Amino acid sequence: MRIKLDRRLFVGGAAGLALAGCDRLASTPRGKEALNAGEALTYDAAKLLPPNQLAPEYPASQISKVFKPNGSIDPKDPAYKALVAAKFADWSMPVGGLVEAPRSFTLADLRAMPSRTQVTRHDCVEGWSCIGQWTGVPLSAVLALVKPKPEARYVVFHCYDRYGTDYTTEQAGALDEENNPPFYGSIGMGDAVQPQTILAYAMNGQDLPVEHGAPLRLRIERQLGYKNTKYIRSIELMDSYASLGDGKGGYWEDQGYEWYAGI
Amino acid sequence: MTDATAENGYAVAGAESGADAPATGRRGRPLIYRHSPWVRITHWVWVVALFILFTSGLQIFNAHPSLNFGNTTTFDPSETGPGRLVLNIDNNDSTGITQVLGHTFDTTGVLGVSKTADGPAARAFPSWMTLPALQDLGSARYWHFLFAWILAADGLIYLIYGLVTGHLRRDLVPRLRELAQVPGDIVTHLRLRFSHGSDAPQYNVLQKLTYFLVLFVVLPVLVLAGLEMSPRIDAALPWLRDVFGGRQSARTIHFMMAWTLVAFVLVHVVMVVVSGLANNLRSMITGRAVASQESES
Repeated sequence: MRIKLDRRLFVGGAAGLALAGCDRLASTPRGKEALNAGEALTYDAAKLLPPNQLAPEYPASQISKVFKPNGSIDPKDPAYKALVAAKFADWSMPVGGLVEAPRSFTLADLRAMPSRTQVTRHDCVEGWSCIGQWTGVPLSAVLALVKPKPEARYVVFHCYDRYGTDYTTEQAGALDEENNPPFYGSIGMGDAVQPQTILAYAMNGQDLPVEHGAPLRLRIERQLGYKNTKYIRSIELMDSYASLGDGKGGYWEDQGYEWYAGI
Repeated sequence: MTDATAENGYAVAGAESGADAPATGRRGRPLIYRHSPWVRITHWVWVVALFILFTSGLQIFNAHPSLNFGNTTTFDPSETGPGRLVLNIDNNDSTGITQVLGHTFDTTGVLGVSKTADGPAARAFPSWMTLPALQDLGSARYWHFLFAWILAADGLIYLIYGLVTGHLRRDLVPRLRELAQVPGDIVTHLRLRFSHGSDAPQYNVLQKLTYFLVLFVVLPVLVLAGLEMSPRIDAALPWLRDVFGGRQSARTIHFMMAWTLVAFVLVHVVMVVVSGLANNLRSMITGRAVASQESES
């Protein structure tokens, strides 16, 4: 009897120790490197797939009645609040960095360009999915106007929101700059020129609501929700994102999520 | 020397003592060759990979501790249509509440609310079951996908080995005449009488059926359902979504297959113990087992 009990304790204890050991391993630089190897493998494998495959699109009848707004839902930045008050009439988005012809776009500029409407499924990293209809300008059309330089490797989105205070509609306590950095995100040039990668200004036939990223958000349908950057302030083409934030390529990446979110 | 240390020393070193597994203790017993190196290596890689995949998977599940069938998520627990919640783990202050198909259970302490190193926390699965222990979806995904690759490589190696050597056909695919033995074998198993290593060093029909189902039904469905949740795979293989009936269906099936594997592992470990722990471990480590191993449990 005693033996059995000890054995059971031993097995349970071994599993617990193994879990604790994994945690400690992951906190060492070598451990982190090993874990990152998996992401590199996944990204390389994804690049082996035919590049032009589109995400499935849906009939309007399948649009979710409740589309959960997530991440930042109410940016507190006074400059942003002023834009909301003026119905984004004063909003203008500079597109620069490694481009031949930097310029700014107003919402009217974007609306005058050829648009794409798509009903797609939004897959959150947490595990849930909602279907929504998005209308906007293909990012490739905007890039064609600013003419990326050959050395441009990433499209970086700088945003109005700060997740530390903006994930709630309640007035959150003041956080200092360092602990509440502005949101940003980046994608590779391959995904940037996909036909379904659009700068969306409308959702389900209405102007994009504030909780979903008004006035302009990214839709990148072959990656998870957190890559679909909201509240875009400016776009910058870069050859490396190492100088931004903690150097991982985006706000969520700096928090420990993968840069490539196709899985 | 206490019984416990004798048992440990016996299991680890194969020393010639120990009360509950006398057969391996007898000198001069012929050893039979039971497991090839490929089977042994892939087996232990499976042990490690499935352990990490399961614990990191529970951590990932905790980010949205709710399951339903269909393509999209049901957020309303009172929904009664085909998309109704199959499982929902929530909390009401310090009470853990688990709903299974509309039936509500108080699961405080284990599901919904449980103790962590930082005190009681609202979390679906408890910290002792998840990797990492504390809430950390990002790290869990790194663990999960790295070991998903390792599992895939391990499975591929095993499959190629099994096909090339005939191991799968010879040892795992049940023969027709064996299927007739299933009822009798169930009775034998229920009476905990086994003859795993003795006259015929082969798997009996229940073992064959179980290993066959795990390797060629549970694991492939588990992996495919996992792949379906990837938006990039969804673009590459949209038919996979329809096979499962939508992304949330795939997520639910992924979860159910994972727990099916856990049930298999529990039964497997019990069987390994009652049919001669030391001899079984020895054969899965060194490849050789003592012949005529009979359980007297």
